[in-house]
Amino acid sequence: MNFEMSQLLPVLPEVFVLGMACAILLIDPFLSEARRSITFMLSLGTLAGAFLLTLGLYGEADQVVFSGFFVLDGMAVLLKLAAYVAVAVAFLYAPRYLREREMLRGEYFVLGLLGLLGMMILISAHSLLTVYLGLELMSLSLYAMVAMQRDSVVASEAAMKYFVLGAMASAMLLYGMSMLYGMTGSLDLAEIHAAISAGAGQPVVLAFALVFIIIGVAFKLGAVPFHMWVPDVYHGAPTTVTVYMSTAPKLAAFAMLMRLLVDGLGGLHAQWQDILIILTLLSLAVGNVIAIAQTNIKRMLAYSAISHVAFILLGVLAGTEAGYAAGLFYAVSYALMSLASFGMVIFLSRAGFEADNLEDFRGLNERSPWHAFLMLMVMFSMAGVPPFLGFWAKLFVIQAAVQVGLVWLAVAAVVFSVIGAFYYLRVVKLMYFDKPTDVAPLEAGWGMRMTISANALAMLGLGVLPGPLMALCVAAMAG
Amino acid sequence: MFSELPLLSLVIWVPIIGGALVLAIGDQRAETAKLAALLVAFLTLLLSIPLFTGFAIDTADMQFVEFRPWIESFGINYHLGVDGIAMPLIVLTTFTTVLVVIAGWEVIKQRPSQYMAAFLVMEGLINGVFAALDAALFYVFWEAMLIPMFIIIGMWGGPNRVYATIKFFLYTFFGSVFMLVALLYLYVQAGSFAILDFHAVNIGMTAQILIFLAFLVAFAVKVPMFPVHTWLPDAHVEAPTGGSVILAAIMLKVGAYGFLRFSLPIAPDASHALDWLMIGLSLVAVVYIGFVALIQQDMKKLIAYSSIAHMGFVTLGFFLAWAIAENTGSFSGAAMGIEGGMVQMVSHGLVSGAMFLCVGVLYDRLHSRLIADYGGVANVMPVFAGFMVLFAMANAGLPGTSGFVGEFMVILSAFKADFWYAFLAATTLIIGAAYTLWMVKRVVFGSVGSDAVAALKDVNGREFLFLAVLAVGVLLLGLWPNPLLEVMHATVQNLVEHIAVSKI
Repeated sequence: MNFEMSQLLPVLPEVFVLGMACAILLIDPFLSEARRSITFMLSLGTLAGAFLLTLGLYGEADQVVFSGFFVLDGMAVLLKLAAYVAVAVAFLYAPRYLREREMLRGEYFVLGLLGLLGMMILISAHSLLTVYLGLELMSLSLYAMVAMQRDSVVASEAAMKYFVLGAMASAMLLYGMSMLYGMTGSLDLAEIHAAISAGAGQPVVLAFALVFIIIGVAFKLGAVPFHMWVPDVYHGAPTTVTVYMSTAPKLAAFAMLMRLLVDGLGGLHAQWQDILIILTLLSLAVGNVIAIAQTNIKRMLAYSAISHVAFILLGVLAGTEAGYAAGLFYAVSYALMSLASFGMVIFLSRAGFEADNLEDFRGLNERSPWHAFLMLMVMFSMAGVPPFLGFWAKLFVIQAAVQVGLVWLAVAAVVFSVIGAFYYLRVVKLMYFDKPTDVAPLEAGWGMRMTISANALAMLGLGVLPGPLMALCVAAMAG
Repeated sequence: MFSELPLLSLVIWVPIIGGALVLAIGDQRAETAKLAALLVAFLTLLLSIPLFTGFAIDTADMQFVEFRPWIESFGINYHLGVDGIAMPLIVLTTFTTVLVVIAGWEVIKQRPSQYMAAFLVMEGLINGVFAALDAALFYVFWEAMLIPMFIIIGMWGGPNRVYATIKFFLYTFFGSVFMLVALLYLYVQAGSFAILDFHAVNIGMTAQILIFLAFLVAFAVKVPMFPVHTWLPDAHVEAPTGGSVILAAIMLKVGAYGFLRFSLPIAPDASHALDWLMIGLSLVAVVYIGFVALIQQDMKKLIAYSSIAHMGFVTLGFFLAWAIAENTGSFSGAAMGIEGGMVQMVSHGLVSGAMFLCVGVLYDRLHSRLIADYGGVANVMPVFAGFMVLFAMANAGLPGTSGFVGEFMVILSAFKADFWYAFLAATTLIIGAAYTLWMVKRVVFGSVGSDAVAALKDVNGREFLFLAVLAVGVLLLGLWPNPLLEVMHATVQNLVEHIAVSKI
């Protein structure tokens, strides 16, 4: 193994996050309850540092280091930057909620950072092994985070369900990987790509490998029919964990999809396109229709997440650079929207009150017109109504589909998004047209207020000027 | 001096930013907010006047063009411009919004600043729809328009407002998404989002038919055409007066505008192949919906149905071209049909707006829209009765009012196409007179119906102002429609020449 110091440069952000996570883990037990904010500040500092380190790598030529285990390319840099932002926003939403539930300890932040490290590895994976390594690090952190609220029956059940199903999905993925290894004789994604293009392997075994791998990825993304865990876990987990796990891990799952299917199995595009079309259609239908029946907003947003995943898949299955860029844009946009929507649930909650029922949004316009307006923007953005960000995300994805001749699929997608508009409208209806039943003053501190305002205003800002972000996505996927 | 200003951007963004300011002023300072809203609306009206006075009538080219790259990786541009079709509609929008702001002045007690802000934002968005020359930009304005309207109907509407507003939103949203796919398909074909490039691109027949149908769903829902009109009566009945006025006077126009800007020039062969459908649906709207209007008990519903019937005239006029060409051998009469439809649009904007305001004046006093609750209003509100009778006459298409001009032009060109088209269209003069005048008879004339009616007070200065302004508009357009016709003539002529050439 030939090792040079210069190879460390691309992994510097990972090394930094790992080091800081360990340091915080050690520092936190020595902090008194009153000084817990040090942990919080250190965690944010870690994210800021990682952001700067990664930003320093922006624009560098693609490089594969550590004997082909780790890749740094445009997509990796962009996704990592987005993941830092997502995790940082999730952290910013967390303190008050955690304190009121006596969970404000180092674990949330340390696990959050370790999960982030897993995502970073997954995003930069260039080998089946690194894919699996990153995935497991991310997933194990998530399992633990869901279970963090020990006394809560719902949370424990959610964690158990998530863990058992997640382990099964990982096993499937591993099984698929082993077949792939058997057929191509390599763990390196680029070599697998080359081997398959050269016609190596038996088609039947490759097809099986493909199916198992897609099952693993679809589970992490939460695409139908591997979505069963999504509503239960989103609902059962403490909202601060939900906001974390519904955003950055989705970015990582998108990266996993791209790494495995495009970088590794690009030669089998014709096969996986058909499979993804089925997943897309099912996710659109199940996500949008079942969301209508929900009374709990966290469950509703979970089903909405399923339908958003369908759009990400739609971009990827187009199989063109424009499609990948559109999928990336969608994943980033969705992360922002999801942060804001769950953030609003945290914003309305207080000690002993979760504010996770749709009814709790009743009459918000009378309690706080500004926050009702923020939520309105988020809901219309999710519904895909211009001029908000979500519209452009849908537009670019649908355009990619139309470009490769999948007009019928584009039509199906837009029809289901009309069905989906209904449940977003219902939230707006509750906030604006109904009288409030809960008149308790909103307690959130200024930090929370600023973050949620900035987060929701990003829907409008990026909706009016989506050009720069789109250009970044296109550049990340070029070449 | 006005020619240097980016007038189109101003008529879009002044109301939108002004709306945000009004929102920021808030309900605590409601009077200030209302005053600010009026100022913004009035300023926008002033800004739109140079569009009319500075308009070159001898060219079909886009004028007041603004161009700026917006999303470069997809070739989407901030591209604005107006021709003789769009410009009058912008002026109509800015004009109507001022009236709507005045009309809501004292009436809206609940959250007045949000009310005013919603209307201002909507004004800007609608102006954007008419001015956009880039399909993506057009679609953004087109869809964004739904949000303020959704809020307006849902917050300040009648008892059944929530049902009505969700129905309104989903109907129109459902219609639009098909258009989105069609626009993306055209983008792939034309390699650009510029609407004028779409006009030039050649498309095969199957694709044209599909595109035409996708546009049809979007525009027909907005117009609305039979059989997708059912959201309109619900939305109108539940909307506050201002909402009804904007809906009738402007929102319906964006659908008809879409036919002229997209359907006809982009898919002329499909328009030709399916003109029987369009003419048929238009005539159904004119005749059948006219009869439906006749039996309404609710004044707003009656006017809503009469709106659908009148919009049937508009679409009829737009799609007569090929029938005329087949009958007479030339497209020479086609322009008159389209121009008639356009005049009908502007006139309907004034007349239906005025009718809804009249109902609003009554509703504010008695809180009832039912015809049966009134009777003999003329005895206690003579000035108001004068206005209402005038607008009713215009609604029925009496010569000398604006309602006559458009209907006459459309019927005249329908004669060139087919006698029976003209015959059926002309029945509206009877049915329209029947439902409008019968309503007026029951509401305005006769003996005083009840004590409540006897206690009614005549219009105050504010109400007199907006009714009088509209009355002047209705008469002016009826007696001297030439300025409006001149403005659109070159554009319509160009459109007719364009659609006469097959794109296959």
